Amino acid sequence: MSHSHSDSHGQGLGHIVPASIFKKVFATLVFLTIVTVAVSLVDLGSMNIVVAMLVASCKALLVALFFMHLKYENPLTWVYAFFPILLLATLLGGVFIDNPMRHAPAPLSAPAK
Amino acid sequence: MSSHSTAENYQGPPHVHHMDAPTAYSAAKLGMWLFLATEILLFGGLFAAFALFRWMYLEAFEHASQQLAWGWGALNTLVLLFSSFTAAMAVEAAQKGNNQRVFRLLAITIGCGFIFLIIKFIEYRAKYVHGIWPSSAEWNDPQFNAHYKSFFGLYFCMTGLHALHVILGMGLLAWALRKARVNRYSKEYYTPVEVGALYWHLVDLIWIYLFPLLYLVGHPSWHTPFGH
Amino acid sequence: MSDTQHNTQGDYLHNPSGLWSWVTTTDHKRIGLMYLFTILLFFFVAGISALIMRTELAHAGPDFLKAQQYNVLFTLHGALMIFLFIVPGIPATLGNFLIPLMIGAKDVAFPRLNLLSYYIYVIGAIIAVIAVIPPVETLSFLKSLGFTGPADTGWTFYAPYSLDTGAAIPWMVFAAFVLGFSSILTGLNFIVTIHKLRAPGMTWDRLPVFIWGSYATAVIQTLATPVVGITLLLVIMERLMGVGIFDAKLGGDPVLYEHMFWFYSHPVVYIMVLPAFGIVGEIIPVFSRKPLFGYKMVCYASLAIAIVGFFVWAHHMFVAGISDFSAIAFSVITFGVAVPTAVKVFNWVSTMYKGSISFTTPMLYAMGFVFLFMVAGTTGIFLATLAVDVFYHDTYFVVAHFHYTIQGGAVIGLMAGLHFWFPKITGKMYNELAGKIGWVLVFAGFNLTFIPQFILGMEGMPRRYFDYLPQFQPMHMLSTVGSFINGFGYTFALLNLFYAAMFSKVKAPANPWNSLSLEWKTASPPITENFAETPIVTEGTYNYGRPVEGLAH
Repeated sequence: MSHSHSDSHGQGLGHIVPASIFKKVFATLVFLTIVTVAVSLVDLGSMNIVVAMLVASCKALLVALFFMHLKYENPLTWVYAFFPILLLATLLGGVFIDNPMRHAPAPLSAPAK
Repeated sequence: MSSHSTAENYQGPPHVHHMDAPTAYSAAKLGMWLFLATEILLFGGLFAAFALFRWMYLEAFEHASQQLAWGWGALNTLVLLFSSFTAAMAVEAAQKGNNQRVFRLLAITIGCGFIFLIIKFIEYRAKYVHGIWPSSAEWNDPQFNAHYKSFFGLYFCMTGLHALHVILGMGLLAWALRKARVNRYSKEYYTPVEVGALYWHLVDLIWIYLFPLLYLVGHPSWHTPFGH
Repeated sequence: MSDTQHNTQGDYLHNPSGLWSWVTTTDHKRIGLMYLFTILLFFFVAGISALIMRTELAHAGPDFLKAQQYNVLFTLHGALMIFLFIVPGIPATLGNFLIPLMIGAKDVAFPRLNLLSYYIYVIGAIIAVIAVIPPVETLSFLKSLGFTGPADTGWTFYAPYSLDTGAAIPWMVFAAFVLGFSSILTGLNFIVTIHKLRAPGMTWDRLPVFIWGSYATAVIQTLATPVVGITLLLVIMERLMGVGIFDAKLGGDPVLYEHMFWFYSHPVVYIMVLPAFGIVGEIIPVFSRKPLFGYKMVCYASLAIAIVGFFVWAHHMFVAGISDFSAIAFSVITFGVAVPTAVKVFNWVSTMYKGSISFTTPMLYAMGFVFLFMVAGTTGIFLATLAVDVFYHDTYFVVAHFHYTIQGGAVIGLMAGLHFWFPKITGKMYNELAGKIGWVLVFAGFNLTFIPQFILGMEGMPRRYFDYLPQFQPMHMLSTVGSFINGFGYTFALLNLFYAAMFSKVKAPANPWNSLSLEWKTASPPITENFAETPIVTEGTYNYGRPVEGLAH
């Protein structure tokens, strides 16, 4: 039944990621955790959250690409891995073009001018 | 879809009446990825709410965040990262048909899940003792900071839902582990380990975002890693 | 399990036999039928509640209902129709039955998950039913479990009503959460099935449009539902624990509830109507004996609607106090949905153009669908227009508009599909004349119900009011008369099908309509394993009007 779709491999099941890669990825993840904690203890004002989210996204990407084998997956898996993130961005976008951009209605008793 | 897993010798993939083994494998994997997509959006609603309220009540949120024990949070992050690492290694072991190794690695992963939950319990308990607990007397007191009800409300919802997923993930891995015990895995069949590990990695992924968002972005203090 | 289970060549209705074999079945065809009976039960209950409301509204002034009872009734009608009837309406019934057959597979990818999703649906339905039982003395134990009376907030559970009412909102929204979980599992199953189990040669550009529609639907089911799931859980947390998310008293934001709710509940209308588009796309070429005009555009339009549908939700909130910028942005994007939708209408009409049309019952429903959906779409443009919506919001104009999309679209589509695939599902033929009479009643009754409601809405009649000013009397009366004709029409049409399924002596041939798609190449009713051997597909589905081998005469 694999005739009709190009997304199944010829033989074997999935790609085998060697354990050495997992070890390197794990070491990097621990390092990034230390980085994110260390940076948070320095007051960078509003930049703290930017750094924290950037580091978190790097960690998330590492987990997805290697631990979850996403790097070796077919385009279909990529679509379904990233489409929810796009939708989440949409939801955030919809909320943030609303609430922060609201302005209070003019008071009813405003003097006519 | 019967798997009479009694024999210790090689069995090959279980017979499924409506598709061949490689299709069954890739279908299971796609199914799990889709399920993970739904999980991202399930937590996504909470992240959206958190983002909005943090924007609205920045000061209160930062202050509330400082009351969390970032030391425990960091430790739990390392525990989950390590468990994710062992889960990934378990998949590699299963792909090579090394059932004993799969068993050991998954047992470590599940053990890390327990450690995570214990640490989470210690944190919850500290909050409970201080009356920062939904519907406690302090919480319902009109003097209680209303914006704390948003921060800690979201904190308990997010970490509680996450903890629920940790428990579910442990169940899923335990199911995969049982099959390693009867030498079920070979290079032709290791689907339960792979989909179980995928789910476990998602639990880790969510925590990777929860930890800095809840514990770190409120300018925590170096002196109180484990709370006041 | 008995030996008969291994007889995979027998028909699926009787093989294996016995009630137990039905409730434990993993056969997608049986699960589809189980869903069908369950959803029709709730269609009936919710329909009755609508008729009670229409009876109350026939005359101005309070007649036999109290205002609070009216609130409960419209909530009951909306919640049951949406969550229990029309969301699973086509995907879980005809979708379940047809998707594997149409792509040449033996079953869906995860048959046991399919059965699980049915039972999760049943659990959700039971919770919903208990939650709408009015509090009575004899059942006082229910009250102590939190079943404090039927929901009265409307099916949308808006904050702060849902946070302040004494009704059993936590249970009701929990039921919706459970039903959503069932819907997610169904959608996930279908996506994997369509990707992985297509027969050899069944490439994406040969897939029937019903499959394309079902695929687009499944994407929405899988990816939109979790957001409403967490929203409803947060409502429960807010009620039970006092966390401050949606309640302004606790520092929450009620408009955030509307954002998160409509982020799902706008796409959900495409869950309802996209499979109906697919059904109509199957029926029109068969009875016009012409290839589907612009096949590829029809397919891409389904996906486009599904995707654009994710970006338009705040058009439900134009008067909720959202920022001017977002109101304008969402209004503009909403117009975008009209493009792929109009493409589909053009394609259906062009398919019929100069075709050799036979006016069978399914074709009549399909043509009725095109007409009703045109009305729904064009009035939708009014409502997408920011300046106009400010006046029409929460009036009967909105009520009429969404009944044209959901009843005129999804339910009429389901009726079309039920008639069209009836011979395949049951192996019998229904009475064609009775089918046509049923169609006339449904079509006439529907329009008589809702055209007056457009007029009422334009005159300013607000929705969800159990009383009104005397000047609205004539239109309300017309609408009530229409609703009874409509309800009678559905009862008549469905009883005709039921009677034929049980008692008809007319056996259906494998392919009574001379259709070219795969499900008609197996027996009627299909064998348990669907096909004696896996079919090999060598051409597209819609090569009508050309000499084709193997057609009955």
